[in-house]
Amino acid sequence: MSEESFDAIIVGAGLAGCVAAYVLAKEGADVLVIERGNFAGSKNMTGGRLYAHSLEKIIPGFAKEAPIERKVTKEKVTFLTDDTGVTLDYHNGREQNSTQESYTLLRGDFDQWLMGKAEEVGAQFITGIRVEEILTQDGKVIGVKADGDELTAKSVILAEGVNPILGEQLGMVKRVKGDVMAVGAKELIELPQEVIQDRFNVSKDEGCAWLFAGSPANGLMGGGFIYTNKNSVSLGIVCGLHDIGSSSKTVPQMLEDFKNHAMIKPLIEGGKLLEYSGHVVPEAGINMVPKLVDDGVLIAGDAAGFCLNLGYTVRGMDLAIASGEAAAKAVLAAREKNDFSAEGLSSYQTLLEDSFIMKDLKLYKDLPAFMETPRIFNQYPKMVADIMQSMFTVDGTPSQPIRKTLMKHCKEVGYMNLIKDGIKGVTSI
Amino acid sequence: MSEIVNVDVKLGVNKFHVDEGHPHVILKDNPDMNEYRKLVNACPAGLYKLEDDSSIRFDSAGCLECGTCKFLCGETILEKWEYPRGTFGIEYRYG
Repeated sequence: MSEESFDAIIVGAGLAGCVAAYVLAKEGADVLVIERGNFAGSKNMTGGRLYAHSLEKIIPGFAKEAPIERKVTKEKVTFLTDDTGVTLDYHNGREQNSTQESYTLLRGDFDQWLMGKAEEVGAQFITGIRVEEILTQDGKVIGVKADGDELTAKSVILAEGVNPILGEQLGMVKRVKGDVMAVGAKELIELPQEVIQDRFNVSKDEGCAWLFAGSPANGLMGGGFIYTNKNSVSLGIVCGLHDIGSSSKTVPQMLEDFKNHAMIKPLIEGGKLLEYSGHVVPEAGINMVPKLVDDGVLIAGDAAGFCLNLGYTVRGMDLAIASGEAAAKAVLAAREKNDFSAEGLSSYQTLLEDSFIMKDLKLYKDLPAFMETPRIFNQYPKMVADIMQSMFTVDGTPSQPIRKTLMKHCKEVGYMNLIKDGIKGVTSI
Repeated sequence: MSEIVNVDVKLGVNKFHVDEGHPHVILKDNPDMNEYRKLVNACPAGLYKLEDDSSIRFDSAGCLECGTCKFLCGETILEKWEYPRGTFGIEYRYG
């Protein structure tokens, strides 16, 4: 075993890991990041949108130098059935400060840039090495075993992603049931810049974030998404695994049908597939947050279940960044006292509790259960489509008062269901 | 609207470094078919296949390392689920 000992070894060069390394190294801590992929980001994917606030606080003005794709100025939400679509379309032309902005991005470029920033301030990175095991001594984490080599550290930050094998090994993460997770599948489709701007009605640097509820996930919890990049669009679906065994479609088929939906197809016509990716999405909210701190070890990012899906916004990357920062600050505090025990690292828990991460996770604690209500993904998209069709169809039959039309379609879902879901929905947000 | 998807064609555009002879996901022998069907539906890479004669065919090459099958069936019909060794497996160029 090597004599040299790092202040922190970080497993995983995703957003949480790179940010933790940046914050630590900037304060002069001795830090090593180990990444199993050939470069930072090579194992990572995202739907495609970063809310800037948390990184903006760490690297002010980052968007001017980072490889972002477009600034999101258009938000769209569509209720989709197999043959209809009802869209809410919001254009934000208002002045925003830099912490309020959000960007579309691709992780391959972005994570490499972030790793570069951490290297500039002195963090060390090794890529292409898989950490197989966390080393412990008397119940305390003392390092990692990677590719047969043992490396010691005063602390280890596990930023290993949504499938936290090492966290499980330590017994900190209890394996959650598959049915509270979701799976995402995405295609990156190349299109000329001007074509994207025309089809999505956005100007040169501006972009569109578009979410779809209803048929994309075949009636299961989930939906579709499209994010516009510079020369490509990120198009995908997310599907809850709750009832996947009885689904009449496979996940790849859902994505294919979404792409071929009459509303989507013209948007991507002539596009070329650049990459096909898949990933689990930690959607259980606060219920899946593991033990976050133990002697010599902290868990951050997706590995800690830090993800918020509110239906109209999906967030993971801003939480990963803020939790990476909090983990780094806790290690710095421990370094000050030279106490890397669970007690010495406990400021991590406090920092998280005081941050938007735990506050938001607690606020939306009932939302994952509410999102499992199948009506949201089946009957309601159909209901709004039926209402629209009644309103906009003119065929010479005598008109009905709009109130009656509305009530007819509400009745199909059932008033009691509407009231029940309404109350449940409102109280969970 | 419904065209049968060919996932293999999509995987074909991806960059993989396959670790020949070291599969990182191994299926148990004679897996429970109800469990297997979950993976047929859920795997984004379509690696869990059902043949016309309803026999099963699984190959971990082409794995996107998403973890879906581990979460769904890691305790029932998977013998092993680990990440590929360093440098191997999917390499997302865009992500």
